Amino acid sequence: MTVSSDIPETESWFHRNQQRIAPWLFLAPGILFFAVYVIAPVFQSFNLSLYEWDGLGEKTYVGMRNYEDLYWEYVDRDAFFTSLKNNVLWLFLYLLAIPAGLFIALFLNQTVRGIRIYKSLFFFPFVISQVVVGLVFTWFYDPTFGLLNTMLAWVGLGPINVLGNENLVTYGIVAAGLWPQTAYCMILYLTGLNAVDPEQIEAGRLDGAKGWSMLWNIILPQLRPATFIAFVVTIIGALRSFDLISIMTQGGPFGSSRVLAYYMFEVALSEYGFRMGYGAAIAVVLFLIMLCFITYFLWSMYREEKGH
Amino acid sequence: MLSKMKTTAAAAAVASAFAVPASAELTGDLTIFLDTSNPAPRATMEAMIARFGEKHPDLNIETTVIDREAYKTQIRNFLTANAPDVATWYAANRMRPYVEAGLFEDVSDLYAEPAIAEGLASTKGALTIDGKQWGVAYTYYQWGVYYRKDIFDELGLSEPTNWEEEKANCGKIVASGRACYTIGTKYLWTAGGWFDYLNMRTNGFDFHMDLAAGKVSWEDERVKQTFMNWKELIDMGGFIADHQTYSWQEALPFMVNGEAASYLMGNFAVAPLREAGLTDDQLDFYQFPVINPDVELSEDAPTDTFHIPANAKNKEAAREFLRFATSPEEQTIINNGKNLGQLPVNAASSVDDDKFLQQGFKMLSTNSTGGVAQFWDRDAPAEMAKVSMEGFQEFMVKPDQLDKILAKLERARGRIYK
Repeated sequence: MTVSSDIPETESWFHRNQQRIAPWLFLAPGILFFAVYVIAPVFQSFNLSLYEWDGLGEKTYVGMRNYEDLYWEYVDRDAFFTSLKNNVLWLFLYLLAIPAGLFIALFLNQTVRGIRIYKSLFFFPFVISQVVVGLVFTWFYDPTFGLLNTMLAWVGLGPINVLGNENLVTYGIVAAGLWPQTAYCMILYLTGLNAVDPEQIEAGRLDGAKGWSMLWNIILPQLRPATFIAFVVTIIGALRSFDLISIMTQGGPFGSSRVLAYYMFEVALSEYGFRMGYGAAIAVVLFLIMLCFITYFLWSMYREEKGH
Repeated sequence: MLSKMKTTAAAAAVASAFAVPASAELTGDLTIFLDTSNPAPRATMEAMIARFGEKHPDLNIETTVIDREAYKTQIRNFLTANAPDVATWYAANRMRPYVEAGLFEDVSDLYAEPAIAEGLASTKGALTIDGKQWGVAYTYYQWGVYYRKDIFDELGLSEPTNWEEEKANCGKIVASGRACYTIGTKYLWTAGGWFDYLNMRTNGFDFHMDLAAGKVSWEDERVKQTFMNWKELIDMGGFIADHQTYSWQEALPFMVNGEAASYLMGNFAVAPLREAGLTDDQLDFYQFPVINPDVELSEDAPTDTFHIPANAKNKEAAREFLRFATSPEEQTIINNGKNLGQLPVNAASSVDDDKFLQQGFKMLSTNSTGGVAQFWDRDAPAEMAKVSMEGFQEFMVKPDQLDKILAKLERARGRIYK
């Protein structure tokens, strides 16, 4: 008889707090890895950017010198300026993937025979590796036998060397990047469109909405979560653009298609690069740019959660 | 000088005293890291290592072949963390960072041995930093102008020996609707080869080396003269269009198809040109012509090398392997036409019958009195090489920007050499 009344008192601290501890226990491995592999390297990079180090010998503390050098490169319109300028171009042009993906999704969101095949064909570029995308577009742009120049010749336009022209090269690479990115946004919108409430469309139709006003007032507001995710992945994709540049031009011709991520690699880790501190300084600049967007994303997600 | 000779002699005596027991019996493990990842060189190396293994049955040899490009970045890690006993690399300035960081073993004792001292004298300079030797060469190859003999015959041209003839030839080739030179500068270094030759022919070997060492301003009039000579060829349409988009391999078809008449390249270009169908009647070679008759001729002859990492575990076996790889017999085998198809480094070995190797060997041994350069991206510090080769590429596309480009290189010089 006394036994049953004793049970709550002998219950361990763990049992009493199980509800609160459990989530932390499940999160612990993730938090640990995130801290070791993401958070700590951020601070290490900050630290490293204050040193001059070739990766082999002794590190020398140089204070803000690496950042000063970056500033002068900016003033002289040197490599850092080009990289920064190209990053901005990437950011804006890459966003075209969102409307393009939306319109392809709207176009494919119908029930005709074999629509699944069309959908998978449109999704295909996202599945193949960026390296393959880069190679395909390099051959497409090739000044002598590329498809682009063959097609231009049909309409009587002269050959252009997209990847060899310092004014066109970034646009050429962004176009290659848009191909898979549009497919990604399309998939996001296709899933979003499945969740659109048919009753609201019906109601809208009764109120006389159609075409653009239907899209703008009824469909798009319901696609807001999909738009948000598409925006996030596109911005991040633009800032970390690296593989296409490495495959298609190696930053050339004469360094005019570099972006910050590629420049950092070139300076610190490539065949001719030994300046770890300088690379870290570029990484820090890139991180600060990303931080603006990350903060905005986190803030709007937080606001959303509060609203519910 | 005399004291130096004495120490060398003493070192030789010590080394040969050690060398005898060392070569008698080798045991333990020997790890070898190679960057010879292309099929033919890979097979050559593996066969050579197998022959070494036969001579030393108690030695357990482990060979790792790493992709040639990936090797260039991985070497920084494995030399510090997980050092093999023997590693391939490149001579001259390219090995300087590792020598200065104390990651390569001083092998001056090998050069004190009479067999190596005599046999490897020609490449000793390229492996010397601070008066010590840090590795041995195992192969090298000549650079020069490979040209389409049939096109030259058709246009009635002969091999040029001076700059006027070179330009006259080029004028006729351009007039026939072809480009004089094919080149692919996407990966930049090919432009470095042109700069090497133009600058060495215009200003001489010593000036070229001073420029690589950062002792001369890029805005110097003599440097400008080099670029002015280059500009003459560019302005007459000597180079193929859009070269900034091609790799050196992608530039080969222009020569094979007869759209370009010649190619300033290393001897490794011969194999793919032959594979593409050019016969030895169609393909020939000439030494880069004289520009300034007052300077002695000097050539590019990049050297590939073996080194012993400072952290190696079995240095005795590694030294024996270096002796083996540079021996006259092995040098003859691995550099013959069936294997690497390049030039042996040991003076006592024989050169393959291949006409390009014979011409190259003759050129380097008799007609390169000014000196032998490694190549721009091995002679200049890595960072300067990168910036300058980017400048060369830009210059080849936009020759009018020369002053701006040189100003940029001069700024880089101020930053890089301290």
